[in-house]
Amino acid sequence: MSGHPSTYEPKYAATKWMDQRLPIIRMGADFMTFPSPRNLNYWWTFGGILALCLVSQIITGIILAMHYVPHIDHAFDSVQRIKRDVPYGWLLQPMHAVGASMFFLAVYVHMLRGLYYGSYKAPRELLWIIGCLIYLIMMATGFLGYTLPWGQMSFWGATVITGFFGAVPVVGESLQQWLLGGYAVDNATLNRFFALHYLLPFVIAALVGLHVWALHHAGQNNPIGITPKTKQDTLAFHPFYTVKDGFAVCVFLLIFAFFVFYQPDALGHADNYIRADAMKTPPHIVPEWYFLPFYAILRAVPDKLAGILLMVGAIAVLFVLPWLDTSKVRSMRFRPVARRFFYVFLVMCFILGWCGAETPDNIAFPFGTNDAGEKVGLSFYRLSQIATIYYFAFFLIILPVLGLTERPKDRPESITKAVLGGHKGAAAPAE
Amino acid sequence: MSETLNKETETVDDEGKRDFIFLATGAAAAAGAASLVWPFVAQMGKAADTLAAGSIEINLSNVPEGQQLKTLWRGKPVFVRHRTPAEIAEAESVDVSALPDPQTDDERLVPNSSGKVNPKYLVMVGVCTHFGCVPVGEAGDFDGWYCPCHGSHYDTSGRIRKGPAPTNMAIPPYEFISDNVIKVG
Repeated sequence: MSGHPSTYEPKYAATKWMDQRLPIIRMGADFMTFPSPRNLNYWWTFGGILALCLVSQIITGIILAMHYVPHIDHAFDSVQRIKRDVPYGWLLQPMHAVGASMFFLAVYVHMLRGLYYGSYKAPRELLWIIGCLIYLIMMATGFLGYTLPWGQMSFWGATVITGFFGAVPVVGESLQQWLLGGYAVDNATLNRFFALHYLLPFVIAALVGLHVWALHHAGQNNPIGITPKTKQDTLAFHPFYTVKDGFAVCVFLLIFAFFVFYQPDALGHADNYIRADAMKTPPHIVPEWYFLPFYAILRAVPDKLAGILLMVGAIAVLFVLPWLDTSKVRSMRFRPVARRFFYVFLVMCFILGWCGAETPDNIAFPFGTNDAGEKVGLSFYRLSQIATIYYFAFFLIILPVLGLTERPKDRPESITKAVLGGHKGAAAPAE
Repeated sequence: MSETLNKETETVDDEGKRDFIFLATGAAAAAGAASLVWPFVAQMGKAADTLAAGSIEINLSNVPEGQQLKTLWRGKPVFVRHRTPAEIAEAESVDVSALPDPQTDDERLVPNSSGKVNPKYLVMVGVCTHFGCVPVGEAGDFDGWYCPCHGSHYDTSGRIRKGPAPTNMAIPPYEFISDNVIKVG
């Protein structure tokens, strides 16, 4: 799996026997000795954190499936039963539900890190694309899983999202009913959503295998984006990065545990404690927080199909990012102009998230009141349009143009020089 | 023995025949596999019992004036609105050509056995044509329905007037089986 010469030598008769037949111990050993750039910072620990999230979601998910009943008459009650009656269900169910949020939190940090440090540039285009694919399937899995508790938000979220397919010209309605297995979201829908929610994490696991393979073939990027040239530029993965990742995991788990133990419902929606009702739409439908920016993009145009195309485009554009960014310099540390635009992009993503949580016609920034005493100003609708335009402009205009016009700062010759250069005379070892 | 066989096959001049057999076998296998895909795709569609649970009867006289009956048909709410004279007048006075989905009020009603429409009763699928939420009655800028999800406004005829929904609320297939009873579906 790894692209570096193996230094593993089996010591014992048993390991020698094994090595000749199935060199799986060698694979693990090579993984541990994999030469990693010596300057990786804490933003690089999220890969390991994400692996932990996936494992945690699969284990808690399988346990929940042992108690959950995928039927519209029983689903809601069975989830409440897990929380109240099943031994340690109070712990395992929030671990899974909060875990989904933590998974998305980590994946967003991981993606933004890749964006900032140019981790998608040659030779890591496929690595990036596999990552985008994982993210896409994560979104599908998250959506399917949110339907299962069969609360009001589950039901109406499922109705709205499957409604996207109804917007496809000509075949839309047939396609939507084929997905639902009926005229509306019903038992057939719940059954298949459960089956697919169980399947997709294993597809993700397989893609993670490819992701790590591609990573070890191309080698890790690093904060200065310069390829390691000598042995001095790298450190063995273990113990250096296992320990660093381990520390980051501990901090991450503290946040995770805070939500699981003290705020298990903070990241969800109160309406999901009301059983699904096909006759009554909640007054204010919102998706889970991790979908809010895309929801805002969907609502930024008054046309149904155009809204969906924009939302799909917002994710599709990530897949072609390696060819949109024309700059040869990977890390934005050496791209002062691009870095500013990146920070604005980050702010715009948060603004989109905020817009997605609010009613479009409400006023985000009031300028005053009109004659009727109503607030006037910039509505969330207009604000989401501004942020949507910036989101797309960042990828489709700013990055392609900046690569050709921006003058990057001088880059250090090597990782070793960059690491030691700034710390001359310092007694403590460099980061 | 095998050597002689190999030699023979090498010298046989039947390449065209082999290509044909190769292609024919491949095509048969591909067609077989493709035909097996269909059941796997079609099983996702509506099952027979879902299709069978198709029609309901509604007694219109149970709906007082100015009130709305909401009932479930094929997993979706159906609205039966007993409209007030003011609502009917409002629905009929609209300039149809200016609507996003032009339809007169009469076009949205189904004639009874004597061929006349009764404008008092508006029957429609109570599902917003945007993303399928259930609109709230007696609300919105046009005194009809308002969808809380993404802000679509419908008038007293259930026609889309403002907001992201592309079309008017759907009229289900229904017929009068007596003066006051309709059969939906």
